[in-house]
Amino acid sequence: MAQAGTSNRPLSPHLQIWKWGPHMVVSILHRVTGNGLAVGGLAVLLWWLGALASGPEAYATFSEHASAWYGMVVLVGISWAFFNHMASGIRHFVLDIGAGYELGANRLWSILSPLLGVALTAAFWALLLT
Amino acid sequence: MGNGTSIGRVRGLGAAKEGTHHWLLQRFTAVGSLLLLLWLGVSIVLLPNLSYGAVTAWISGPVPATAMALLIISSFWHARLGMQVMIEDYVHGANRFGAIVALNLIAFAGAAFGLICIIRLALGGA
Repeated sequence: MAQAGTSNRPLSPHLQIWKWGPHMVVSILHRVTGNGLAVGGLAVLLWWLGALASGPEAYATFSEHASAWYGMVVLVGISWAFFNHMASGIRHFVLDIGAGYELGANRLWSILSPLLGVALTAAFWALLLT
Repeated sequence: MGNGTSIGRVRGLGAAKEGTHHWLLQRFTAVGSLLLLLWLGVSIVLLPNLSYGAVTAWISGPVPATAMALLIISSFWHARLGMQVMIEDYVHGANRFGAIVALNLIAFAGAAFGLICIIRLALGGA
């Protein structure tokens, strides 16, 4: 219905035609980390809460997997996805009020926001493991 | 609907209809999720350890349990809105309808499970 008569229309240029810039990377990372958190992050959060609510044995099983090498990879990945999504999300709030569209400023914050995500992830694990 | 002016012929025919409401809710739930997830991160760092006893003693308190329940509502709502945008960009036709239905079922089921777990911990069932 919605596509009736639209099949012959020209498509707008997609990713491969543009020169890559940091604003494209930060936008794509925002979507990837957001949907990654929605699927993986919330699943692990529910497993954690479910294990806590089910008793010590279920929690021991969760801890065993969470502290194994693959569990640590997943947890570090989730925390990075959160801090990256948080940094680029705050960038979105700034853009939403109409600020930060000047070429230089937009480029600067597009570079800084993923770096801030990595730095906050490192800080979180440094605090947690000490 | 008008039939004379060009704007009158197309008004109301766009695909969006309720876009502004979705967009605003995405921001409101983002603020809530941001505050509550930062609270969760700080709480996890401040806990003496992550053993079963330490975590349940903390999370069964009235304030942490309330914050955790709000975190579940806010983050599942935000995730559901965000995944809807992704589905609308990449899935078309009848598959899109099916994907949105599945998304709603999973989001509500997941949030309900999380809330039940928190209530059980808060009321001492575990």
